[in-house]
Amino acid sequence: MFVWTVLLIVLMAVIAYWAGRTHAAGLVTAGGARLHSLPSYHGLFTAAGAMIGGLALAIAGALVFGAQSFFTPVAAVLGAAIGAAPLYARSSLDFRARNNFERIVLVLLIACSGVAILTTIGIVFSVLFETLVFFRSVSPIEFLFGTHWSPTGTPASFGFIPLLAGTLLITVIAIAVAGPLGLFSAIFMAEYASPRLRTFLKPVLEILAGIPTVVLGFFAALTVAPLIRGSGEAMGFSVASESALAAGLVMGMMIVPLISSLSDDIINAVPQTLRDGSYAMGATKSETIKKVVLPAALPGIVSAFMLAISRAVGETMIVVMAAGLAANLTANPLAAVTTITVQIATLLVGDQEFDSPKTLSAFALGFVLFFFTLVLNYIALRIVQKYREQYD
Amino acid sequence: MNAPVHHQTLVTPAHPKALASGQFKVTARDVDVYYGEKQAIKDLSIDIPDRSVSAFIGPSGCGKSTFLRCINRMNDTIPTCRVTGDIKVDGNDIYDPNIDVVQLRAKVGMVFQKPNPFPKSIYENVAYGPRIHGLATNKTELDEIVEKSLRKAGLWEEVKDRLQHPGTGLSGGQQQRLCIARAIAVNPEVILMDEPCSALDPIATARIEELIDELRQNYCIVIVTHSMQQAARVSQLTAFFHLGTLVEYGDTDEMFTAPQEKRTQDYITGRFG
Amino acid sequence: MTEVRNELVKKRYAAERRFKFYGAAALTLTALFLAALLVDVIIKGIPAFHETSVEIDVKVDPADVDPANLPGGNYDKMIKEAFRAEFPEVTGRAEKKALTGLLSTGGADSLRSMVTADPSIIGKTVTVPVLLGDDADLFLKGLLTEQKTVPGKATLHIARLEGEEGFVLTGDTTGEAAEKQLGLTPGDIVRFKGGAVRVTGVQNGYLKADPVLPPDPSVSMLDAGQWDVVSFSVPEANRRINDNQALWLDQLKSEGRVKNSFSWRFFEAGDSREPELAGIRGALIGSLLTVLVALSLALPLGIAAAVYLEEFAPKNKWTDLIEVNINNLAAVPSIIFGLLGLAVFLNFFGLPRSAPLVGGLVLALLVLPTIIIASRAALKAVPPSITEAALGVGASKQQAVFQHVLPLALPGIMTGTILGLARAFGETAPLLMIGMVAFIADIPQGFTSAATVLPVQVFLWSDLPEMAFKAKTAAAIIVLLVVLFALNAVAIYLRKRFERRW
Repeated sequence: MFVWTVLLIVLMAVIAYWAGRTHAAGLVTAGGARLHSLPSYHGLFTAAGAMIGGLALAIAGALVFGAQSFFTPVAAVLGAAIGAAPLYARSSLDFRARNNFERIVLVLLIACSGVAILTTIGIVFSVLFETLVFFRSVSPIEFLFGTHWSPTGTPASFGFIPLLAGTLLITVIAIAVAGPLGLFSAIFMAEYASPRLRTFLKPVLEILAGIPTVVLGFFAALTVAPLIRGSGEAMGFSVASESALAAGLVMGMMIVPLISSLSDDIINAVPQTLRDGSYAMGATKSETIKKVVLPAALPGIVSAFMLAISRAVGETMIVVMAAGLAANLTANPLAAVTTITVQIATLLVGDQEFDSPKTLSAFALGFVLFFFTLVLNYIALRIVQKYREQYD
Repeated sequence: MNAPVHHQTLVTPAHPKALASGQFKVTARDVDVYYGEKQAIKDLSIDIPDRSVSAFIGPSGCGKSTFLRCINRMNDTIPTCRVTGDIKVDGNDIYDPNIDVVQLRAKVGMVFQKPNPFPKSIYENVAYGPRIHGLATNKTELDEIVEKSLRKAGLWEEVKDRLQHPGTGLSGGQQQRLCIARAIAVNPEVILMDEPCSALDPIATARIEELIDELRQNYCIVIVTHSMQQAARVSQLTAFFHLGTLVEYGDTDEMFTAPQEKRTQDYITGRFG
Repeated sequence: MTEVRNELVKKRYAAERRFKFYGAAALTLTALFLAALLVDVIIKGIPAFHETSVEIDVKVDPADVDPANLPGGNYDKMIKEAFRAEFPEVTGRAEKKALTGLLSTGGADSLRSMVTADPSIIGKTVTVPVLLGDDADLFLKGLLTEQKTVPGKATLHIARLEGEEGFVLTGDTTGEAAEKQLGLTPGDIVRFKGGAVRVTGVQNGYLKADPVLPPDPSVSMLDAGQWDVVSFSVPEANRRINDNQALWLDQLKSEGRVKNSFSWRFFEAGDSREPELAGIRGALIGSLLTVLVALSLALPLGIAAAVYLEEFAPKNKWTDLIEVNINNLAAVPSIIFGLLGLAVFLNFFGLPRSAPLVGGLVLALLVLPTIIIASRAALKAVPPSITEAALGVGASKQQAVFQHVLPLALPGIMTGTILGLARAFGETAPLLMIGMVAFIADIPQGFTSAATVLPVQVFLWSDLPEMAFKAKTAAAIIVLLVVLFALNAVAIYLRKRFERRW
């Protein structure tokens, strides 16, 4: 019935278009006054009426009779006729069909750009609502400051600190890898690489950036982790098979293109005059970069790092596949830790019970994650904007 | 820059032909234009006769382009721009809320500083306007309009064999004539030209100037120019703008030989500008 | 003074070189990582594109096939019986089970389709390619253990121990240790025509051995070259194919009956618990449906939003808010969108779980900011003179935008959209939240039937214990990457082809 309803509305709109167009064209008499708007605009305006009326009554029909009812398409056709008829009747020589139609289009465009706002509202409300339900059974104090996480244990405990520690541990490792690599890559690309070398190097970074995280997770879990475990044990360390190091390393490599491309942009935005000033005093290229370019680009680079941190904290697949589930409170990179995203994924994959704190805790974690990354992103984007304005 | 504030209620050209017709195509009264807080035009009034070329001259930033863009409301595209006062075309207030700006611009066409043909074929460039205004009911009529417009713009002989070639492939001067053809195609009564030759070489410029002189027979043409020689060559009337005010408007020959205002004199003789 | 200066200049140049080296090293490391990743995946994945089957002569027994119900015949039984008949010496229950265990549980499918296609073969004997199980497949590809076969260098005497199951092996010379004469160590398998024994230990200069394939009792002496020493790098206890099975497979292989062919099944089958039967068609179709939903929503919405924000929106608090919002949404972790999908689409609107429809909705919201940002950039790149030209001949703002600016921006918008599409195609985390991780063997039939997508299939397979699934995972990754590279190539082509310098 859904398909039929949609098809019928479209059909009615086509008929309305044709009728409106023909009607308007018929108003013109040879040698007489001209139409204000082209006949096709009269058609479009009438068709828009048919669409709006048809959709409105179809939705109403679906609510009253049920979506599968035979009456829904009937209501749609009726609605289309009711919507189109007055608009059809309005067309006259002076009628501004184009202006009216364009007003409808504008409203439609505004509505589309409102979807972004709706999405944010949707996210906030969906996590907030379930989080509040969660806090009815678990106190926020226990959640935020508890040091024991075991949502499936008896009794279940929901201390968020070990997850935070695990997330931060992996993030620190990732940034320790991606920071220097990304920044030096960007400096090399922006300041040293010849255009030919750039055309070869840029795709490398772009391909790496485009690799799905599930692939990186596979690589981390099946290749990097055994490698680290093997070499670690050869050196006499005890290494967990799902070590924070493996996940962190691969995540770091994932973030290299992000830091590198953001920093590249920022470094390129530093005006050439600043560099020339430094060269003119006899500074070498690296001295100019270290003493002039980087300090000038610092705000942008800081924001690149913030976006990178936000990316690392929110990354899911690599840690789900390569980091563990054990909520250990440790700073040892060779031990297994778990992260916020791992727990969200684990708690919500499989059976979900929206009356148990186990499932709801995932939303509380999501809430924390969302606001943490939101703040980081907001500040970072603000800094970039300020920075751009400074040199524009 | 401490010129006395120059209040004038009306500058009427002393052009005999215009006076004789007694009919002005464009009239403006007490027009003020603001960009945000900044006032770009102060208290401007002018009467522009039909079937003549009026040149707007003056130093950069004097408001001549701004005023030109007010006449077909192209300033509407600048969000911070605000226009007060009266501007009438054929006695109709163009800033009246009931005026459809689209129909106004069909009546008051415009040619821009840099030739800006659409990246489409030559034919499509000219046919676009007639099409959106519904000026042709069939292909033959449209073809006729295109040919007529290109002929009027003096471009027909050069392009008649390659109407389907992209308009952007023409030379700069041809592109500008294409833009003029495009403007003519919708049967405007007024054609505004915003420094139409500033991006062209002298030969192309001469060709456009000839064209402007021919078009004068049928249209009211207003041209903004930086070149006083050009103003002297193509226009019958010249308006001198300075610091957002209209200093003087009158017969071109008189203006260049015996300006009434000292500032005009100074500008024309090259003391500033 | 100049000495000191020179010293300093040298130092400065050294620092310069060091600094440049760091940059080059960083990029080299990154490139190496990418290369290692790709090579690793390719090496792991290539074997999964081939499957092995064994040709068996099967008599299609009319008693087991009902002509009215051809697909329902008991082909499994026929195949198993025919396979056992090839190895008449295998008698024990456990051995028989080990023998038929080499075949895939889906091995009878080929016979079924042969009979269904041509019922006239009922009652006749036909040669059927029967798919091998995953372990046999891996063994034959050499992925389970390395196998070394060395021809025997000396004469071997073999004798049955009285009253015991075992055998003793000796060389020609008495008194010298047999292991030295024969070059055998415990664990080695001695294979000869008509049987095979496994060396178990040394005793008094003899070698003790257990039967693997019970030897022909008539054999008592084998000359050099008549027997082989077979050894495996992985001990029997640590591999999923035992010595018997390994030797059977070896025998079939030496008879030339093992066929290695391209695994179309990998692209034609849905998911399965049996690695050799599992394919990615279900996941591919699921991905296609999901991305289709995402695209058909995100593209019009994204373009409309971008057109409004870039061309029509007044500069005010409201549009500022939308802008900040879009930029932030582009950086929100994808898993959060999964939570949104779960709470809003599944719980609130009651849409079906695991459905491409819901997956598409979630991905549409996920890539919407990317598409809007790219579209705005493309619209911004169209010079304002085009709009002015259109307005100048009396086009309305909307006519100028929709008839001139938008068509010119379209290649740029498409490039951005394809990149967004690639992101949606590789996205996993949010789809886990809305139940697209279930085991689904069927190929999805529509937008609301349960489905999974390719990246999630990768995640699911990577978690399974069977070794064969590791290869399947890598193979699925190769397919995923090929699709993504193709999408990117199209984007680059579009950018190069339609790039316009104003």
